[in-house]
Amino acid sequence: MKTKLNDITEVIRSKNAGPYELTFDIMFRDYDGFERVCKAGVINEQLVCDIFKVQREDIIGIVEFHPAKAMKITIKRPIPSGNLGETDVYGAQQHAPLLGLEFDL
Amino acid sequence: MREEFRILSTTAILGYGFPMAAFEEGMKRNPHLIAVDGGSTDPGPYYLGAGVSFTDRGAVKRDLEIMIKAGLERRTPVIVGTAGGSGGRPHLEWCREIVQEISRENSLSLRLALIHSELDKDMLRQELAAGNITPLSPAPELTAKELDATSRVVAQMGVEPFIAALDHAPDVILAGRAYDPTCFAALAIKQGYDPALSLHLGKILECAAICATPGSGSDCIFGYIGEDYFRLEPLSPVRKCTTLSVAAHTLYEKTNPYILPGPGGHLDLHGCKFEQETENTVRVSGTKFVPANPYTVKLEGAKRIGYRTVSIAGTRDPVMIGGIDEIIEGVKARVADNFAGKLGSYHLRFNIYGRDGVMAGMEPTPTTQDCHELGIIIEATGDTQKEADTVCAFARSTMLHYGYEGRRSTAGNLAFPYSPSDFHAGEVYEFSVYHLLKVEDPAALFPIDIIEL
Repeated sequence: MKTKLNDITEVIRSKNAGPYELTFDIMFRDYDGFERVCKAGVINEQLVCDIFKVQREDIIGIVEFHPAKAMKITIKRPIPSGNLGETDVYGAQQHAPLLGLEFDL
Repeated sequence: MREEFRILSTTAILGYGFPMAAFEEGMKRNPHLIAVDGGSTDPGPYYLGAGVSFTDRGAVKRDLEIMIKAGLERRTPVIVGTAGGSGGRPHLEWCREIVQEISRENSLSLRLALIHSELDKDMLRQELAAGNITPLSPAPELTAKELDATSRVVAQMGVEPFIAALDHAPDVILAGRAYDPTCFAALAIKQGYDPALSLHLGKILECAAICATPGSGSDCIFGYIGEDYFRLEPLSPVRKCTTLSVAAHTLYEKTNPYILPGPGGHLDLHGCKFEQETENTVRVSGTKFVPANPYTVKLEGAKRIGYRTVSIAGTRDPVMIGGIDEIIEGVKARVADNFAGKLGSYHLRFNIYGRDGVMAGMEPTPTTQDCHELGIIIEATGDTQKEADTVCAFARSTMLHYGYEGRRSTAGNLAFPYSPSDFHAGEVYEFSVYHLLKVEDPAALFPIDIIEL
């Protein structure tokens, strides 16, 4: 059965981590959902490459943070914040591709 | 056992405001320190480069006036980190004027300490040549040329300059660019409280009530540092600090929540325990500080790359929407041809809202298939404002009357919400320095002025 990421999380957000990085936080509703997603390994480099159209070398880290039942994805910003071509100076509206994810857990 | 060190953090960024009731609740707890973070790089490179605050003067004055009056009454120091938003010389000066105005208008005598953080470029050239400046990945290597082009460089201070300033017993400290936790942590560290716990608490206090639930960037929060723990308490009855809300805040704007690098070392949170103490307070323990050798500080710099003019428009025509890519290419070609050899290098961009205006190259569905209208921002950046105006105006008029394939609406292609249709966005900056500088003495880079008001 497919589980929607939206249904098992409280927070899905994006933000700059300094002007050169973009970071995504996925905070789960409970430890059960957090651990099922971690164990299944479904939030991985391939997924990040696919949904954000980035290269593997642009992924800085995918971290499981147990104290907050959260996963964190950090990638290199497509361009540094505010450079010509910028569309989101704060990086606060880049999270949408995570909202529609569904997994077999 | 000595008493807990008590800190009132008033708001997430000086000028974001706070409810008086929460502030008074904080003052009832008799804080040893009233502190606030004043800045961020989030609003982008313009503010650092241009020497302008991204916060509003009136709002900053309102917050500071309340804090300074209460601080003087109780002989409690007030410390502002990253004054004026970016911590450069003009930012610090801007904030100093506000404090002077508050002192004058309220007939308050006070001792003000200013800690400078803008660095001299000649000194930086020498440091660069000596190999003491390294990029903070993923920023590129710094070159002498890039440094020359940079308008302003600030360094993020650690706690050491604050501790040096506190030796002068100031009533108010305005610091230039400071690592966010330091304005909260320095006095506690000076008094012998654990540096790791003090900095970790500062890391949470710097965003004030964002660490509570419901979170708020414009409400106070209170921190207590004990021998081997710290505690957080919200000051508005609607909020609670929960283990989740506090731990979650540890993720905010960080690359890795377990390792938090700063001047002179990093905080290691692997052994951290977050415990619910009462219904609305959280106790944290187990944070470690791992010193770095050599000591490094982060440099931030921005350079001016030109001037910008923008025009805002929309289209509701399905034929135009279907052909938008060809139309944009056609308009760009017309601009290039019309001014061939007449203009310097310019950048012309059409940002299309409704298609990929927010996510650009990362947009998973960059299509206009189901769009009934598009928002269009025409953006021209040139070497001078005049050139930016020329490119923007010409691109706008060309797009307005562009004869595309299948066109029915021959009276005009664009809906403009405003007259005038074009706006000066002024100077355009980019981040050009985001590097680490090795330092021998972590206080020496940051000179202190003591001013009696």
